[in-house]
Amino acid sequence: MNARNSSKGIDWLLVGLYMMLCAIGVISIFGATYKEGEPILQSFTSFKTDYSKQLIFWLLAMVIAVIIMVTDSKFFTATANLWYAFGIVLLLLVFPFHTEIKGTRSIIRFASFQLQPADLCKVFVALALAKYLSRVETDFSKTKSQLIATAIALTPAILSILQQETGLALVYFSFFLVMFREGLPAGILIIGFSFAVLVVATLLMEPNTLAMILTGIALAAIYILRRQIKRRKQILITIVGIWMVCVGIQRFLVPYVFESVLQPYQVKRIYDTIGKDYAPSGGTAVLEEAPAKKKDDGGDYNVKQSKIAIGSGGLAGKGLLKGTQTRYDFVPEQRTDFIFCTIGEGFGFIGSFILMAIYFLLLMRIITVAERQRSVFSRAYAYGVASILFFHIAINICMTIGLAPVIGIPLPFISYGGTSLITFTAALFILIRLDADRQMVLR
Amino acid sequence: MSVFNQSRSTVIRLIVAGVFLIIVAQLVNLQLFSSKYEALAFNNAVYPKVRYPDRGIIYDRKGKAILNNTIMYDLEVTPSQIKGVDTSFLCKLVEIDTAEFKKRIVTAILKNGRYRPSIFEDLLTPEMHARLEENIYKFPGFALVERPVRVYPFKAAAHIMGYIGEADSGNIKRSNGFYRLGDYIGKTGLEAYYERVLMGKRGVEYLIKDNKNRLVGKYENGIYDTAAVAGRNLHTYIDIELQQLAEKLMQGKVGAVVAIEPKSGGILSMVSGPNFDPNMLTGPNKQQNFNKLFLDVSSPLLNRAIKGQYPPGSTFKPLGALVALDEGIITPSFGIGCSGAYYGCSRPVKCTHSNAGHAANLRLAIANSCNSYFTHIYRLSVDAGKYKGVKNGYQKWKQYMNAFDLGVRVGVDLPSEDRGNIPDSSVYNKVYRNSWNSCTNLTLGIGQDMMLATPLQLANSMCIIANKGYYYTPHFVKNIDDETPADSIMNPFRIKHEPLTSIPDDAYEAVISGMQDVVEIGTARVAKLPDINVCAKTGTAENYRVIDGKRTKLKDNSVFVCFAPREDPKIAIAVIVENAGYGGTWAGPIAALMMEKFLNDTLRTERLKEVERIAAANLMPGWLVREQYKADSTRAYNWFKMTKDSSAIKRFLRREYKKDSLQQKENSPSPIRDIRTTWQRPEAIVPEQYSLTHPVTA
Repeated sequence: MNARNSSKGIDWLLVGLYMMLCAIGVISIFGATYKEGEPILQSFTSFKTDYSKQLIFWLLAMVIAVIIMVTDSKFFTATANLWYAFGIVLLLLVFPFHTEIKGTRSIIRFASFQLQPADLCKVFVALALAKYLSRVETDFSKTKSQLIATAIALTPAILSILQQETGLALVYFSFFLVMFREGLPAGILIIGFSFAVLVVATLLMEPNTLAMILTGIALAAIYILRRQIKRRKQILITIVGIWMVCVGIQRFLVPYVFESVLQPYQVKRIYDTIGKDYAPSGGTAVLEEAPAKKKDDGGDYNVKQSKIAIGSGGLAGKGLLKGTQTRYDFVPEQRTDFIFCTIGEGFGFIGSFILMAIYFLLLMRIITVAERQRSVFSRAYAYGVASILFFHIAINICMTIGLAPVIGIPLPFISYGGTSLITFTAALFILIRLDADRQMVLR
Repeated sequence: MSVFNQSRSTVIRLIVAGVFLIIVAQLVNLQLFSSKYEALAFNNAVYPKVRYPDRGIIYDRKGKAILNNTIMYDLEVTPSQIKGVDTSFLCKLVEIDTAEFKKRIVTAILKNGRYRPSIFEDLLTPEMHARLEENIYKFPGFALVERPVRVYPFKAAAHIMGYIGEADSGNIKRSNGFYRLGDYIGKTGLEAYYERVLMGKRGVEYLIKDNKNRLVGKYENGIYDTAAVAGRNLHTYIDIELQQLAEKLMQGKVGAVVAIEPKSGGILSMVSGPNFDPNMLTGPNKQQNFNKLFLDVSSPLLNRAIKGQYPPGSTFKPLGALVALDEGIITPSFGIGCSGAYYGCSRPVKCTHSNAGHAANLRLAIANSCNSYFTHIYRLSVDAGKYKGVKNGYQKWKQYMNAFDLGVRVGVDLPSEDRGNIPDSSVYNKVYRNSWNSCTNLTLGIGQDMMLATPLQLANSMCIIANKGYYYTPHFVKNIDDETPADSIMNPFRIKHEPLTSIPDDAYEAVISGMQDVVEIGTARVAKLPDINVCAKTGTAENYRVIDGKRTKLKDNSVFVCFAPREDPKIAIAVIVENAGYGGTWAGPIAALMMEKFLNDTLRTERLKEVERIAAANLMPGWLVREQYKADSTRAYNWFKMTKDSSAIKRFLRREYKKDSLQQKENSPSPIRDIRTTWQRPEAIVPEQYSLTHPVTA
């Protein structure tokens, strides 16, 4: 309707939130990397320091945003699958052409420019998934369609696990939120959630105790449902089946995954998060209660320092450039994955809370925007963007405050890094572009 | 379909809200309710660097600095920066081998880490400092760092001044954490007694360190820093020239000298022999020097002036007379007839005189040092009828002694003083199973039996006589710089003790005249000085020692006490020289020279020969050689048993050592040349290679 006038229909609230987040990002990177004595203005324009580079990335991202805004919405629906194919090809190209950096094999390098296709691919998956779900012939209540959608979402995840980039792979699981919104049975989410609870319980508890608890639950269920069981034997079989699966997961699957699939450092990070000691062994994974005062051996050093940084911020924080934890390199990776520490230490609880509020507002606004779409494509895509952002924000902040294992994923719009900033910007502005044409039905 | 699934958008919103709520809850927990993180961050990043103040200076009575500060240099290393150092050249300059070099670097890394400087070699000798200063640019990562060091410009008064050392775990515990590991603290002497005055106030500089422990700047621009406040100076009564003279005279002798200004109780000089140069315990090689002094059986580290306990012998007699006078038992005209011994008890007490009338009155009895007279008046004192029995009488007598600070600590301003011995009546009850009388311990009257006194106590007792009844607790420090009433440390020295002021002047005149007669016509004629009336008393105390399991009688200890001038006493001295015979032989001349030096401010030219004669005399007891041999060979044997290293024990197996060293003549040079210690080589006391970079004299 108003497609000709591209400034009409734009959701300025989203744009405003985006600008605020990017500005917070540049300031935080400045706070984390500014060295005493540097002339501030010159440093900002010299394009040599991290904060001035981030400023350029931001400008570049906005140029891309403008390009997206003047592009026709139909372009995205039309090329969605093409983008997806492009992404997969890039991911495959990583295998022969990767450069190994910090233990990951997911990065391609041209000269000084680094590209991580597994990171970029998120947007393509969001587009492709939206495209698939919005097809007229797709009946998402059918299991076949659900499986195809899952395959679309998880293919890049599998590829990136093969590139030893488990953290990014996990992001793709967030697309289950999109599928849930589009009609995936709630049971699947519940099963997924139960599975997660079971895995955590396996890690925390003695194997025999847990097995006994599971057996107890199964027996209780049989006792409660004894009348129904008399009528239908199937229920009993189901309960026993579930019980066997649970014990199987607890006894064999989790130890197997921890032994053979995950890297030792990943196992250690997971143990660090739940407060257990990781003892690498040839046999079964040995779980020991952490002795009260054991010397930390670097693994949870990051999280410890990060918690100290955030905790020492107090209510109002120490002020920009005053945080001793972040200023003097105690927190590792503080301009990228641990950027939240700079905010926590410098601006305290008030600053952290304001940032959380901005993120919350952003996510809620995206969901509102999603719900007002006429076309399924736009709605599914919007949920895709919301899922990606939500996952990144939740996991990144949780890991800095010790609630999640350390997974190397950036904080959207704030962490230092060109690829990440441009990817998120593109994802968000495609949504804004689609939303501007919300009256149109796009397929 | 869309309508049905719309409720799911609410579910998703709730999931998001739930996760955000958990995050905010954790933020509240971390940032608002956990106070530990702030402290952790502070400890992480802020390094409180202690700024040590200069210790206070100690001056003598004429304002000369006898204990001062100087600058020496440490060689520091920052292990992360030493790539490309010519190790062998550096080792040559520091006089170590490359293995030692590696060991020190490893120690440095373990102690302070790679990125922070640690001490590589401390307190460089001036030559080493000069060599390194020229070449330091060739050694990246190494630096010469200034360090204040205590220095004793007169090389004297080691036992008085004491020395400082790193605080040990005991010091740290007792100080309730005030001292920390690596802090310096006064270990003995005035350095220890006036520690809190001398040390000043430490300052703290807060520095920022980064994750590799590198110091990268000041914390908050130094607004929390506190400046160090220098220690306060002490002004003492010590006459450093008198002290140097006394130390020279005591060379090669075991014993002690204490000189006090009677009117103030100020100690003018205090020497303990054998002595050592206090500079040995500061500066380079202090540890080796300390070990050498510590292992010497003649115990040069022991301050015999406050820790040596000697029977005072005849020097006690004037005090015994004063007690009897104060009790009203005798008058100055009281006399006895003595025919060469005291026969009042079953066991006669010999007297050196037998001519009639040598104890016809108090003055004569003192002048002739009549044993009969003083044992008699001791018995009269303790058996006095008013006390109803010897035990009460003796306790009263003991109270007198304690009032003179005999048998109790004088309370001098030095740590670890000994109290001597005036036994309680309960001790006699125990030893003699409750059946004793004044005959049992009658030799207390002539300063023997169980009576023991430190040289300081003897000198103090002279002050009581010189002052006619009063004294001030002997002390060194006259006043502290910027003294305030809060310096309660000085209060005990300003109380006038008056144990005997009730005795009439004429009684004192009799005692003092007797003491002057000792100098004019008696045993202390060596102490006679032109134009000065000297009062003195000699003593010759028997000297026993257990050697090789046998109680052996050794040559007597030479004891001498005196004060002068009689009319206006300015100096009171007690001298004890162990193993030196009569009181007038060695102790007397030493006291005479000191009095002359102090009262006339100089010595007559003809007296300098006398100084050299006494200084050159080696009166070290012969048994020291034997004891040193035993101690050293036992140590070598234990070392051999422990390590199977025979190098140390080999030299003790040579034939010449097999003879009993005790047989050799007194004062002959020891055959054990390589284990000879400082006292046999006076020149070793002042190592000639040791010189100070900036000898400071005020």
